[in-house]
Parts: sequence; structure tokens; C-alpha cells
Amino acid sequence: MKNKFLKAVFVIALGSALVTSCKPKSSGDAVSGDAAQKAYVAPGKYDEFYNFVSGGFSGQLSVYGLPSGRLFRVIPVFSVDPEKGWGYSEETKPMLNTSQGFVPWDDLHHTEMSQTNGEVDGRWVFGNANNTPRIARIDLKTFKTAEIIELPNSAGNHSSPFITENTEYVVAGTRFSVPADYSNGDVAINTYKENFKGHISFVKVGKEGEMDLAFQIVTPGVNFDLSHAGKGKSHGWFFFSCYNTEQANTLLEVNASQKDKDFIMAVNWKKAEEYIKAGKGKKQSVKYAHNKWDEKTHTAKSEIKTEVLVLDSAELKDICYMIPCPKSPHGCDVDPSGEYIVGSGKLAALIPVFSFDKLQSAIAKKQFDGNYGGIPVVKYEAALHGEVQKPGLGPLHTEFDGKGNAYTTFFVSSEVVKWDIKSLKVLDRVPTYYSVGHLCIPGGDSKKPFGKYLIAYNKITKDRYLPTGPELAQSAQIFDISGDKMKMILDFPTIGEPHYAQAAPADLIRNNGQLKFYKIGDNNHPYVTKGEKEAKVVREGNKVHVYMTSIRSHFAPDNIEGVKLGDEVYFHVTNLEQDWDVPHGFAIKGADNGELLIMPGETTTLKWIPKKVGIFPMYCTDFCSALHQEMQGYVRVSPAGSNVPISFSVGTNLPANK
Amino acid sequence: MRIRIFVKTLNILTMNKSSILALVFSFAFFASCGGDKTKKEEDTSKPVTEESNDQAADPSTYDPKRGEGKYTTVELGATLDQAMATKGEEVAGVKCTSCHKPTDEKLVGPGWKGVTERRKPEWIMNFITNPDPMINKDPEVQAQLEICLVRMPNQGLSDDEARNILEYMRKNDGVK
Repeated sequence: MKNKFLKAVFVIALGSALVTSCKPKSSGDAVSGDAAQKAYVAPGKYDEFYNFVSGGFSGQLSVYGLPSGRLFRVIPVFSVDPEKGWGYSEETKPMLNTSQGFVPWDDLHHTEMSQTNGEVDGRWVFGNANNTPRIARIDLKTFKTAEIIELPNSAGNHSSPFITENTEYVVAGTRFSVPADYSNGDVAINTYKENFKGHISFVKVGKEGEMDLAFQIVTPGVNFDLSHAGKGKSHGWFFFSCYNTEQANTLLEVNASQKDKDFIMAVNWKKAEEYIKAGKGKKQSVKYAHNKWDEKTHTAKSEIKTEVLVLDSAELKDICYMIPCPKSPHGCDVDPSGEYIVGSGKLAALIPVFSFDKLQSAIAKKQFDGNYGGIPVVKYEAALHGEVQKPGLGPLHTEFDGKGNAYTTFFVSSEVVKWDIKSLKVLDRVPTYYSVGHLCIPGGDSKKPFGKYLIAYNKITKDRYLPTGPELAQSAQIFDISGDKMKMILDFPTIGEPHYAQAAPADLIRNNGQLKFYKIGDNNHPYVTKGEKEAKVVREGNKVHVYMTSIRSHFAPDNIEGVKLGDEVYFHVTNLEQDWDVPHGFAIKGADNGELLIMPGETTTLKWIPKKVGIFPMYCTDFCSALHQEMQGYVRVSPAGSNVPISFSVGTNLPANK
Repeated sequence: MRIRIFVKTLNILTMNKSSILALVFSFAFFASCGGDKTKKEEDTSKPVTEESNDQAADPSTYDPKRGEGKYTTVELGATLDQAMATKGEEVAGVKCTSCHKPTDEKLVGPGWKGVTERRKPEWIMNFITNPDPMINKDPEVQAQLEICLVRMPNQGLSDDEARNILEYMRKNDGVK
């Protein structure tokens, strides 16, 4: 009755709005009058926050400004990017190496920024590969992927790359349990319960960011979904949500939704460290790739590692504890104080909030309800702080504003709901357009959130933007949360499909020692050309190495002869510029490869196998100066067995008859 | 038509219809019709340091003899410092000679022959370490730009590198 009445009033209101042209005009305009002003960043002015947004099935990471929603950069991470030569240049190919060989694509779901003392510190941002399990570290001085580590015994690295409060570890939990790499994997699929195992990985992060797979914990076969580290009082613990505790191997939609409760697994990683020190880890034989970018040689190296230490959660009783959590929990979020752990059962009509103190006391008093595959199950009520009742439908993820409030997304009911962590009372709700997944508040999963904006990342846009055929954009929507009520101020389409995102104050990153160019003196690339006098072409059997320089606005050499069919030509192009924002590009006709985009002071290599006899033009692809269109050259390709000698020059190969 | 579609969409996608509708309703009437007080936010979005090349500065203060930059006077030896000149030639080979010939012939930029006779040492030092503001202000450099059409890039020279290049230029001009 009340609904009908409101709907009627609403229709009338909207109708009159249309007639009198008083905003909002259409479905999308549930925004207040000063929205544009709040999201407006004048030309030439900087945004307040950087926003690092996962690119989902694009495999990349996008960088936006907040509150303007302006896209600054797409950082190639797990997928090749011919625009930037990522995965195409000889130097970057090893970054995408795995134990399965070169993998050109992945699905990046979550981003997590490095922290010191539980606060975002602006050094690195991590990303996870959800398909071929990996973690990437992106350096925020160069905005470039610096390192990628593969995870053995895993499949679908979803509950990753979440970190501990001093970036001691970045974790990964396998979404698909599978037979361990160190066991026989050739088993019947319906032997899931016996043969399939879960592994969660703890990857140590060094002072310079370098990653090292410290240990894994083997668990019963379940699906691990999301995770977050404890902080403050709960530092030393990690919390992983898991579903499919039914251990179904088919039609999970039905068969993994049978139980009333699944679990949040609490992991005492400090205890695990003690066991590792005490030699309780079992060395297992596995294969995984570890790829590192070297800033001095501008080259990646890929190493295949063959061993991992594994701790058994059933054998070592006090590392892992299962907390029952209603209906297939998805998000697993820890509030800024470290006391409250929010589990979002995506099929539940309530949000359970657990208390770290109560969990500790329950463990001490052994308030257990049996075990799950050898892991003690803590009594639900014993760990429970309380439940948010009837918050909405389909809770997924929660972030915090640092003022005692939590904000949870509801996929099914398409809304963000603000609630009080202590009293569990719902305070406000706003619709999203449509079907929100993750959300982000700058610093919203750290000890120190900046509770000014909230960004909702939506899976469906339907009628929000101009139609673009069957495939429509995903979107982000920014809300001003500085007041009591959330107010939408902007929405904008995103690249790929955004899942989790993180944001940090702009000054933290722009003042972190941003690299503007590579010093040519420090360039240790084995094929660097330090000045045009060193430019040359060298034949080694059927390999031809071109030591080439680029500067506004010519290549040296720009006339090359003596290449023959059957040759492999390597253009090692050094950009001699020493100023910010002056990359040069390099492309050659017919290359079955990407272009090169060479930063100032950098050396990058394009491999080219000519397939036809003739003259092949090459040119600079990145508009560099008024004479950019003159920045070009030619390579002559002769038949195999031709006796045209190698020759090369710039500016001197003039016509014989003037 | 439009209204019907919207209401339907909300029906499908929202659970708490009444509250959302009420909210939309309140926005429609109060917020968007100018009832909401606009609070002027403090502008925290200004660059911390000015990155641009000082183009706003008064050009009348520009000294065409000295140029603009950190060098006011540069002391030159009576004779050439051979070691410095050699180092300067090395650096120039990496950072300069792609565009400048040692002769008076123009390549991308003008040839270097005679530059130390035409320019004061401080002008040269300022120009090679701080080219952008001088390209914007120096009348002769601007005339040169009309010929070359390529702005001389800032090649990130250190103080020592710049001074060594100057010594190499002197050697190139016949100083013994």
C-alpha cells in the first residue's frame, strides 16, 4: 500500500519534472544539483586522489583521477598490449612467462596498495591473475609492472592480492581446489572430496618489493573467495571467505548452495611462521615462474622455481580456524580498528559481523562445534558481534570511512548501504545503476580511510550511456560520503570489467619520487647505443642486430641494406632523449608484432622476420616534434643468398648522381 | 513511456523500493530544484609545485646576454682544460651530436662552430641546462626556432657535464 502510494507520487513527481524541466529529467538523474561542481576538476588542475582500478577480463590495471573520473593510464599487467609493446618487445616477453609457457592474457580482479603501519604508503600496487594464478607488483614510481610471481597448487587465484599491515605478505587463496601439483592430478573429477585440495599462499614482500613464495597452507577442498588481513590488534591473522564447503564438483549453482553456513577461515600466520621456523613445512616439488623487471637493463628475466614449503592445516591444529558464515560468503572485510570482521553471505539476507576479541576468547575456551577436514570450527555465536538485519539483497563487499561506518554493496538490490559498525543499524542507502559489485573508499580497507568519496563499480549499465551494440560498458559511480547521506556526483564508464579498486591521496604518489626519464648513463642494456657514433648493424649468422638511436626527429641508422630473407632482425632502439614526456615509437611494415614505445633513456627491442624481398619503411609512431613525419627510414631486404653487404648510415647515403 | 520503463527497472533491480523511491523523490524535489545549499569546497587540487616552464614570468626582466638559469658568471681558464674537453666530447656524443655538428653546418639544430665567440659562457651554460624558458623568451633563440622548428630538448645535463661540454665547445672553436 505504502509502496503503491509512493510509486504513484513518484510517477507524478517525475512527470512534473519532465514537464517543468526541473531536474532530474530521466532515470539516471538521482543526483543533487551541485553534483557537477563536486566532481569538477578544472583543466590544468589535479585530482585529489589516484584510483587504481582492476581491469577484470582486460587483464590490465587502469588509473583514474578522483573525483573527476578522468582516465590517466592503462598499465599493462597480465595481458599483452601492442600499443605499449608489452609482451611484444623482446625485453617484456619474459614478464608473461609461466610454468605453462608464454600466456598472453589474464583476468585481473583485485588491486591492493602497499601499506606501512596499516596505512597506504604509495610504493606499489598489487594485482591478481584469476585464471593462470599469479600476483603482479606494479611500481608506482614508474607505473609499470615490475614483478610477477606464479602460484603453484592453485587454480583461479581469486582471494588475492591482499596484504598485511606492513606489507610483510601478499596472499593468494585458490578459488578452485584442485589436486596438488605434487600429487597425481590424473583422477576422476567426482573424487573431489578425496583428491582435491585447497592451498593458500603467503608471498613474502621484501624491502624493495621483491616477492618470494614463503609458504603455503594446504586445506580441505573448498572454494576460497576473498580475504583481508587483520590489523592493529588482529595483526598476525588473515581471514579468508570460503564457499562450496559442500565440496561439489558439478552444478555449483545448486550443489554449492545447500548448506546454511559456509566459513570464514581465520589463519594465524604468525603461528604458521613459527612452524616454518621449527621445520614443520614439507618441501614439495612444484614448478612456477618468477619474473622480474630490471630497471638498469630495461629487461625482464623469468626464472622457473621448483620447490615450495607446505604446512598442513589439519595436522597443525592451531593455525587455522573455521568461523561459520551464512550462505556462501563473498566479501571478507576487516574494519580500521581490526576488531570487526564483516562476512558478506551473497545469498544471505543479513550481514554477520564477527569480533576478533570474541574469536580469541572462543579459541582459548575451545568453544568449538567439531571440525571441518581437521580444522576446528568455532561456534557461530561465540565469535559473533552481531548481525545487520535486512540490509538488502545479495551483500558482496564492505569498505569503511574511518568514522565508525561501514558501506556494503548489494548486487541483487543494486544499492550501497551505510551502517554503523557497533550498533549494526542501517543509516542510509543509495541506488546504483546497476548491480554493483565492489566498492572503494580511498584507504577504505586500511587503518586510515579517507572517507570523502565512495566509488561503486557496477556490472551492468543497460540504459546509462549511448548504446554501443550488444556489448555495453561497465561503470563506476562516485558518491560524496562526507555528509550523513551519500550523494551521487558522477558516473563514468571503465575499461574492461572493474572488480576491486584502491585509491590514495594524490600527493602520496606524485611526491614519491616519480621517475621522469631513464638516465642514459645508467642504461646497462646489453644492446644500448649511447650516441649516434655507436649506431651500427651487426650480422651474427642469420641474426642481424641493429643498434639504433632515436632523437627528435630521426633514427640512426635510417638506411639499412644487406638484410636477407631468412634473417631475424632485432631492432634495439635507444631513445637518447633526456626529458620528461618524450617517448619515441618504432614500427616497421609487415612486422607480425607490436610497435615499440621507448621511454627517454630506455632501450627496447623489436624482433622482425622479413617475409618478402623489397624496401621496408620504418617510422616513429609517437608524435614527437614538428618534424615527426620526417622521422622515418628504410630497410632493404634482398633474396636469401644475395651478396648485398650489410651497410647502414644516417644522412650520408646520397644519390650517386647529384 | 520513459517513466514506465524506469519504474519497472527499479522494480526489478531494487529490493527496498519504498526507500529508494522516497530518496529519488526527495532528490527530485529538493536537491535538484535548487533546494540544496551549495557548499563551496576548498580547492585542494592545485599542483604543489609549478611544473610549467615559468612562462608567466615577465619577459622584460629577461637578460639576453646571460640567458635564464642558475648561472650568473662562469669563469673560464686562460687556456683549455684538455681533460674537461675530452669528457665534454664524450657526453656530447651521447646527448648532443645527434642534432649538432661541430662545423657551422645545421643538422637538426645549428652547428657549434663559433658558438663560444657568439655567446657568453653563462648564456651557453644556462641554455643547455635550462632550454625551455629561454626558447620561450630569448628573441634570437625564437628566431632560430623558426628555422629549425624543433625545440631543443632538455637533455638532463648535470653541472659537470654542462661545464665539460662548454670546454669541448671552446676546443672546437680553437682555444688551446
